[in-house]
Amino acid sequence: MKGPQPVAKPEVVVSSEVQTEPLLKAGSSHIADGIFHVAMLACGLCVLAMVGLIIYELMSGSRLSWHAFGMKFFFRSDWDPVNEQFGALPFVYGTLVSSFLALLMAVPLAIGVAVFITEMCPRWLKGPLAFTTELLAAIPSVIYGLWAIFVLVPLLRQYGEPFCSRYFGWTGMFEGPPYGIGMLAAGIILAIMVVPIISSITREVMTAVPPQQREAVLALGATRWEMIRTGVLRNARAGILGGVILGLGRALGETMAVTMVIGNRPEIARSLFAPGYTMASVIANEFSEATGDTYLSALIEIGLALFIVTIIVNILAQFLVWTVTRGTPARSHA
Amino acid sequence: MPETVTATSDFAAAPISLWRRSVNSCATLAAAAAVVLVLLPLGAVFGYLVYKGIGSINWAFLTQIPKPVGEEGGGMANAIAGSAFILLIASGMGVPIGIGAGIYLAEYGRNQFGNVIRFTADVLNGVPSIVVGIVAYAIVVLTQGHFSALAGGVALAIMMIPTIARTTEEMLLLVPNTVREAAYGLGVSRWRTTLSITLRTATSGVITGVMLAFARVAGETAPLLFTAFGNQYWNWKINQPTAALSLQIFTYAISPFDQWHRQAWAGALILIVLIVFAVSAVRIVASRGMLKGAN
Repeated sequence: MKGPQPVAKPEVVVSSEVQTEPLLKAGSSHIADGIFHVAMLACGLCVLAMVGLIIYELMSGSRLSWHAFGMKFFFRSDWDPVNEQFGALPFVYGTLVSSFLALLMAVPLAIGVAVFITEMCPRWLKGPLAFTTELLAAIPSVIYGLWAIFVLVPLLRQYGEPFCSRYFGWTGMFEGPPYGIGMLAAGIILAIMVVPIISSITREVMTAVPPQQREAVLALGATRWEMIRTGVLRNARAGILGGVILGLGRALGETMAVTMVIGNRPEIARSLFAPGYTMASVIANEFSEATGDTYLSALIEIGLALFIVTIIVNILAQFLVWTVTRGTPARSHA
Repeated sequence: MPETVTATSDFAAAPISLWRRSVNSCATLAAAAAVVLVLLPLGAVFGYLVYKGIGSINWAFLTQIPKPVGEEGGGMANAIAGSAFILLIASGMGVPIGIGAGIYLAEYGRNQFGNVIRFTADVLNGVPSIVVGIVAYAIVVLTQGHFSALAGGVALAIMMIPTIARTTEEMLLLVPNTVREAAYGLGVSRWRTTLSITLRTATSGVITGVMLAFARVAGETAPLLFTAFGNQYWNWKINQPTAALSLQIFTYAISPFDQWHRQAWAGALILIVLIVFAVSAVRIVASRGMLKGAN
């Protein structure tokens, strides 16, 4: 008790000093705070500025083509750089067909993977499996393309395409010589690339479904699959749809892997074996060689269309995911 | 007592018909099959990369520049260095701006305006990489008059910023408010608190975000096609066309020469090793990070 007593007295003196000190510092720290605030605001504004810049550059770059062809640009199928006649229909068609083909294959697989990881697999397998599927998303697109050229395409040419044309040839979608390279190869490689995106979102929204839902369904005597179907998937369906649409966004804008295997021919063919062309790959292939302002402008207009479509798709997807996860306590709030 | 136990177990077992049980097993099997089908290409990609790539990696590959078609030997040293150079430029611009934007969102942006920036960052995240390439071309290449490492760096920086900003924000928000209040209580100013206390506490998380963004752009090819453009020789000038590993892989893969195909596989193996290394480092940092306690 003797110790603190003498200390207490100087403390009072010190505290009065402390009171004056912040008052003296207050002015300078206010200025420093202000500068810091403005600097951070500037970084934040950079994000706005970049999106603004993207929109401005795409709009101003594509003006020439817009004035020359108008809305018809997207409904014409002639692509003739020599005579400066440009229509984007084959590219729009190629992008849509390859992306939907990819979703057709990827969605069941991705949902299966997500269901297995969140609901079925033993606990010790959960982490490694989730990590491995994430790894699939980390592989660069050019490496998928390389693999597709030298492994997937020969496989398709030798086994896959002859098999399809023998048994499903009557549909008309699997006709013609099996080049290997073409719409089907592009769809498959895209499917491999979008699976991790769809499955990670699906996992996220499935985890957001409260466990009481599962317990309630199980208590009614459901089997595990019935529980997953009625208790989990049905509650998470909007979010899963959001994940699928997010995957679509990725597939629409994917460039390198598709460019390497789709064949790059601006044609609209019914058969999935035939080579095609996508919006992203025509930009990748022809942009640096585009001679003439109209040619360049047409390519930028394709870029603008791609930008607008992916933005709409992404916003829609985020909204859908948000409708499922909003109820759960957000990860980000401490 | 034993009678009731058997009675309840009978009661529980009886209503589940054979049909429902087999549907349940089929669903489980289907989900497991989906996992196998997804892991198959992953295994195939990595297997082929190692199988095809490892034979072509040697000292010459890592130290020499490409030789003309037909001549044996040569390497991708200039492309590896060029990739590092472009990534350095991109990080130099993208990391500070990204972290700054993240700080703004977490510390000042809890309002309508912050929401606008947050939304814009998510929009930017979804922009296809080829479109980013067009914009970098319009901003840098057209004003400079030629392709350059700087243009490639700008394109990759634009792609890094939203990822870094959003993860930094998330990590800063994980730091408990009591930590900030403790600092304010000691009379520390706000900017000092943010930099030395909040950001410091969240360091490992912020590094995770930076590495993720880095891994994402390290293999990007599309935005470099008409910005960095590629180069067969060494280049250390910021305003000259520069080789990049991903570009070189692309050029070699679509070429008709066997020798180049082998080199493409070797380059791809090196690229994937770098990226997997970065991603695994992120996982280790994230799982042992300081923020685990704060969570």
